[in-house]
Amino acid sequence: MRKIETPPVLVLREVTKSFGQTPVLKGLSLSISEGEFVTFLGSSGCGKTTTLRIVAGLEAPDSGAVLLDGEDVTARPPEKRNVNTVFQSYALFPHLDVAQNIGYGLRLRRVDRQEIRQRVAEMLALVQLEGFEKRRASELSGGQRQRVAIARALINRPKVLLLDEPLGALDLQLRRQMQIELKRLQKQLGTTFVYVTHDQEEAINMSDRIVVMRDGRIEQAGTPAEVYDSPRTAYVARFIGSANILTGVPAGPCLLKNEYGTMRTPPVEGSGQVTLAVRGENIRFFREGGGDAALRARVTEKSYAGGMLRVFLRLGADGSGPELTISRQGINVDLEPGESVFLDWPAATAAVVEPDEEVEP
Amino acid sequence: MKRDRWWLCIVPLYAFTLVFVLGPVLYMVAVSFARNTGGYGFQWSFTLDNFRKMRDPVYLQCFQQSLLLALSTTVLNVLIGYPFGYFMARRSPRGKRLLLFLIMIPFWTSSLIRLYGWLILLQARGVLNRFLMWLGMIDTPLKILYTYPAVLIGMVYGLFPFMVLAVYTSVEKMDWTLVEAARDLGASPLRAFLTVTLKLTLPGLMSGVILTFVPSMGLFFIADILGGNKIVLVGSLIQDQMTRGSNQPFAAALALILSVMTTLLLWLYRKVTGTSDLEGMF
Repeated sequence: MRKIETPPVLVLREVTKSFGQTPVLKGLSLSISEGEFVTFLGSSGCGKTTTLRIVAGLEAPDSGAVLLDGEDVTARPPEKRNVNTVFQSYALFPHLDVAQNIGYGLRLRRVDRQEIRQRVAEMLALVQLEGFEKRRASELSGGQRQRVAIARALINRPKVLLLDEPLGALDLQLRRQMQIELKRLQKQLGTTFVYVTHDQEEAINMSDRIVVMRDGRIEQAGTPAEVYDSPRTAYVARFIGSANILTGVPAGPCLLKNEYGTMRTPPVEGSGQVTLAVRGENIRFFREGGGDAALRARVTEKSYAGGMLRVFLRLGADGSGPELTISRQGINVDLEPGESVFLDWPAATAAVVEPDEEVEP
Repeated sequence: MKRDRWWLCIVPLYAFTLVFVLGPVLYMVAVSFARNTGGYGFQWSFTLDNFRKMRDPVYLQCFQQSLLLALSTTVLNVLIGYPFGYFMARRSPRGKRLLLFLIMIPFWTSSLIRLYGWLILLQARGVLNRFLMWLGMIDTPLKILYTYPAVLIGMVYGLFPFMVLAVYTSVEKMDWTLVEAARDLGASPLRAFLTVTLKLTLPGLMSGVILTFVPSMGLFFIADILGGNKIVLVGSLIQDQMTRGSNQPFAAALALILSVMTTLLLWLYRKVTGTSDLEGMF
């Protein structure tokens, strides 16, 4: 559940931005509460990094406003905003050692030496890098550089910490570990985190709220469960948990019909075409049709990845229709390429979504 | 050829270097201790006369003048060349290509001819004076040619491209995200420049300093042409002793001292600045 009693720490109001002739943000509005972990999720070019840079002050919006703690900071340079950034490339200063990197922000503020040393030590403990004070960035592993970058940004005690795909360069195992650690840090400090990623798994694992972006606009914003279970649009459904998108016209209570058969749906109104999102793990398959709802499909391929077995099918008895995917944990699924099957799912597991601009099957 | 005999290929290179670089230097050192015969040529007998002769105030002043000119040339080149190289590296790829091209163009012409260009610009009824008089800034032509400033202008002009290119190369390689990180952490643009950009492009600036300082210790034809006979540098003195003076041992001794002085200054410079990684050098 989202907290509503805390005032927003960060507000974006109708922010637009173009690079040359290319619009990157087309009127983005969002309000983020204190202590929230918000993730901007989207594919490359959707404007998520630009949004982050506008909040940091590294990019100026064409129009709109950025409010920090209720104050309009749109025109303020980055050094006058109480936000700090963890850069995708870490951007550690190569001419400084770990302690100097972390203490950089404090030295700028002319904090006295003793206090700097103490706070740097605190930060090193926080990111579990004690004993690395004198190392250069070039002598650190990717994961360690990451921690230094986080410590360097947090030492200024920012109102909001901005993280631009910070785990992108790490291998899968380290990435999972850092996800847990980042979440721990955020809870421990209570700092507002604004995180940018294209990885839906990261977003779901860490966020209090996910903001799915597409083409310079917010497609949907909500808790991971909201976004996963009730995607607003076909795009969101596909992007998060790669749902199958199907269309049909109402053919009875909680039933849709198309040229490949009938399918279950949550209750729908009207009689126009309906777009349905169904996740691969919820699709059941039968050798014999017999129930009141079933879609014909033919198996084309199987592939195993990331602990999941995916079975690719094409709709229609002859397998000439659009593609669809069934997924299961483990490696055993009793389906072989070439087989013809009937598909069904519980009505409650399907979600009615808004169709994309593109033509959907 | 066997696999482990690949090094044979570089033997000619080393042989060439030994014969044509190290050889002449050793010869120069040897000659500096030889005795002058008065006429052309010298006698192979050990003497320190050539070095004693340098204690004459006339020659000491010559060294002092050379050093002063080299230092002021270098300082001016840092002050003009760094901003220029920096500015150049921050242009678009097209702008960079154009500026590089403009920097390179003068190299297509002999430096001697370019110096005569300065002669035309700086002389009493030259372009500069006529322009200033036309502007009404001066009533009578300024005496610039055959003065110290004229020599300085010529030296700075001649060595400027080396400084610019050295700075350009290192600024080009800058990761500007680091400057953004500095700003993000609270640095004003100036602080970010001083604590990050300047620190990281220092090796380039250092190379530029060496690339301008070392040649400016030896360059003499600029002073000869733009300074008349008034500014006599060690370089001119060496040339003079070699040709008109017909005192080869003394010329060799002067050259040796000049080389030692330059090397010592470079060593001192590296000690003071604490740089060991000079871009493209050492």
